[in-house]
Amino acid sequence: MSMVSAVDRVAAARAGSEWTRVCPASRLTPERGVAALVDGDPVAVFLLSTGELAAIDNRDPCSGASVLSRGLVGEVDGAPTVASPMYKQRFELRTGRCLDDPGVSVRVHDVRLDDGFVVVRRGG
Amino acid sequence: MDHNPAVEHAEVLVVGNGMVGHRFVEAAVERGLPERRPLVVVGEERHRAYDRVHLSSLFDGTDLAELTLGRDGLYDAPGVRLVLGDRVVALDPGVHQATLASGGRISFGTCVLATGSSPFVPPVPGTGAAGVFVYRTVDDLAAIRSWATGCRTGAVVGGGLLGLEAANALRLLGLDTTVVELAPRLMAVQLDEGGGRALRRHVEALGLHVLTSVATTEVATSRDGRAVGLALADGRTVAADLVVFAAGIRPRDELGREAGLAVGERGGIVVDDTCRTSAADVYAIGEVACHRGRVYGLVAPGFAMAETVAEHLSGGEATFTGSDTATTLKLLGVDVASVGDPHAPGAEIVVADEPQGTWQKVVVDADGRVTGAVLVGDTRPFGVLAECARGTITPPDLLALLRPDGGGTAPLELPDAARVCSCHNVACGAVRAAVRDGYDTAAAVRSATKAGSGCGSCVPLVQQLVNAELTAAGRTVATGLCPHFDVTRQELYEIVRATGIRSFAELVDRHGRGRGCEICKPAVASIFASLGSGYILDGEQAALQDTNDHFLANLQRDGSYSVVPRVPGGEITPAQLIAIGEVARDFGLYTKITGGQRIDLFGARIEQLPQIWARLLDAGLESGHAYGKAVRTVKSCVGSTWCRYGVQDSVQLAVDLELRYRGLRSPHKIKLAVSGCARECAEAQGKDVGVIATERGWNLYVGGNGGMRPMHAELLAEDLDRETLVRSIDRYLMWYVRTADRLERTATWQRKLPGGIEFVRRVVMDDALGIGAELEADMARHVASYRCEWEETLADPSRLERFVSYVNSDEPDPTIARVEVRGQRVPASAGVG
Repeated sequence: MSMVSAVDRVAAARAGSEWTRVCPASRLTPERGVAALVDGDPVAVFLLSTGELAAIDNRDPCSGASVLSRGLVGEVDGAPTVASPMYKQRFELRTGRCLDDPGVSVRVHDVRLDDGFVVVRRGG
Repeated sequence: MDHNPAVEHAEVLVVGNGMVGHRFVEAAVERGLPERRPLVVVGEERHRAYDRVHLSSLFDGTDLAELTLGRDGLYDAPGVRLVLGDRVVALDPGVHQATLASGGRISFGTCVLATGSSPFVPPVPGTGAAGVFVYRTVDDLAAIRSWATGCRTGAVVGGGLLGLEAANALRLLGLDTTVVELAPRLMAVQLDEGGGRALRRHVEALGLHVLTSVATTEVATSRDGRAVGLALADGRTVAADLVVFAAGIRPRDELGREAGLAVGERGGIVVDDTCRTSAADVYAIGEVACHRGRVYGLVAPGFAMAETVAEHLSGGEATFTGSDTATTLKLLGVDVASVGDPHAPGAEIVVADEPQGTWQKVVVDADGRVTGAVLVGDTRPFGVLAECARGTITPPDLLALLRPDGGGTAPLELPDAARVCSCHNVACGAVRAAVRDGYDTAAAVRSATKAGSGCGSCVPLVQQLVNAELTAAGRTVATGLCPHFDVTRQELYEIVRATGIRSFAELVDRHGRGRGCEICKPAVASIFASLGSGYILDGEQAALQDTNDHFLANLQRDGSYSVVPRVPGGEITPAQLIAIGEVARDFGLYTKITGGQRIDLFGARIEQLPQIWARLLDAGLESGHAYGKAVRTVKSCVGSTWCRYGVQDSVQLAVDLELRYRGLRSPHKIKLAVSGCARECAEAQGKDVGVIATERGWNLYVGGNGGMRPMHAELLAEDLDRETLVRSIDRYLMWYVRTADRLERTATWQRKLPGGIEFVRRVVMDDALGIGAELEADMARHVASYRCEWEETLADPSRLERFVSYVNSDEPDPTIARVEVRGQRVPASAGVG
């Protein structure tokens, strides 16, 4: 993991998790997601048309299927969302909050670009 | 027959690759014409067609690529060949042959002349000096740019549209620029005196100098032959290190003249309403054409001519009967609009704020009809005024319309008797009454009153009337598709169709707001697909598609997908059955017969889909579009081939219909069926389109469906012959695709129409709206452009990249687990037992 700086390694160690290289940035389509395995867990990674990256659990808590990366990206009051392709519940990409079911949320993960690659670190 | 190998043959030869020539190619490709009649396009410039209207933006940070017209690959479409940097120098319509400047010859079946026009340079001394230019092409601009280095002053001869664009270019190059115009004002053709004055005020505020009512008599030159300025008829001189002539254009009709084609009195090759010249098989379009004595210098009529010829050559019956010249544009940052003939005699209404630089004048004739208008600085009333001049609405309170707070629309001011829709002769009062009767969206009002269902040009006005009426009644205005679009799907369809926009980003930018969502994105993707915009997963479109369309398969409850090959009419060979069985066995898929007489293969992981389809395509099967809001199946009984009671060959008709309509994307799924006799074994009366054989032909039923609320289809017509049957289905389906709401099935749509099935009958069978030919042409285009989406996907390895469970691992998705039930594998999560 030579791409990752020492500072990141320290931060990762503190968070108990390392950055995982997911794919080259060029592999992402704006306003669409991909699924990746991060420490064995499926994570959905999105690139927005603004250039912002977002990462949340790939598992849709409403259906139990691992499908959130395949949902359509949208926007509610300026905040980016993804709608599950299964039963269409919307999740805020920045907070993981489900907009259509107040009791439900997904975990949000750290994601950023590192030397042209998308890297993800599991969140809490 | 000439077999000289040096002669290339073009079924259709397009001479010229300017904006109009290009539009013709686009229109031809949209109709699938080049595949039947290959096109050769000859353009004399080194560059592919570009947006000439916005040339000066090249000096404002825009590069040529942004001005280049047409999607990538347009000129690589099958049957299209583009030759640049060469020119047709002679045309022989008799032997159907053209000679190129390079010496080559091209024989043609049909020739389309789109040579455009050339700048007019008045015959004054000095125009040959170094530093004198015209303003027409990218190369002209490049020459101007390179000469301008080190220049301080510039002059433009001509204060019309083109002259002001040129002046803007020189300004952006940093030259102290003077515009010299022979007429008493700027844009003399389009503007009146006050409008010219307002425009001049804006132009001068930008630092440009303007001289009017004065002729240029000479370009003054230095001893070494460089331009140093202009000498004017009144004795004045203008210093200029660089001079641009933009004093009008002349049709480039030499080819036609020399070939003996009829030419108009003031130039231009004479064409009829199909844009055909006096020679058979030779057409002329755009600025080179003289139609009914008129040569249009605007791009919009040229586009209409290009569409007409493309349609005509594709077997359609389009005509060009003239174009109005209502136009609105932004010139040097100023909004300018002109409607009708602003110089016509008549009573004038003028609202002006000259210090603010606004001027609005409307001319009405003795009967109170709007005959012309000029708007400078504030063009908001343009839409309503253009409608008034076209006669589609009767004039509202014009003074209120022009007042600064009139907002340019003031639909509330329209009297109840004012006509809003001229196609259907609907008055404003009828629209308001419909709103009061509870129709609370523009679409519902349109269904109730027909207003806006003709040519569509009054749709925005109808929308305004509805909104105003709702607001006045204290009701909520909720017409939009979603928070990002205030218009309905039908309106969006019309916008996409009329503007040719094929990018979501551009559409939401110009007609909506924000970035879009899971509602508007697939709706727009479907509209693009219905209007034929190629492979549905190319470029930006990929981000718009629902997961089913994105992976061209149907998402199932555990995150796996199902696969449905097309089985037209439910007829399948033993070899295909075996192939499907082998694929299912080898990939461990669960199989089930569907209600539409096909076989669904369940449980495929994303990365298996391309492998599965490679095998299915090899067996001669193709995509069944089960994943799309699209035409699904045409179910049939076995018909007269086997059945003792069958009176017609229902299987043959079902197969033909399915192959005709396959892949058509629509607001919701569409199912069809054909029964071979009145026993109705195919259950045709429960389908969107159902056909039942009679002794004399076919009965056509429409608007049925199964599902949550089963609806019986309604009888539309009886004992149709096959040709009439197919034409009627073409019209019905296309009309539905064009006007239904998002996720609205035919049953709901049809019953919401005013008069229901009666109205459908008048429109589809009697062509009461006069849109029959258009709908048939739209369908013909769809049929011609159909491609199997899986074949397209597998043909391009770069399209396969998305078919992985995880981007960083080859591991199969562990969340997809199986248990065996009744001899087949089903999701472990299904709660069996």
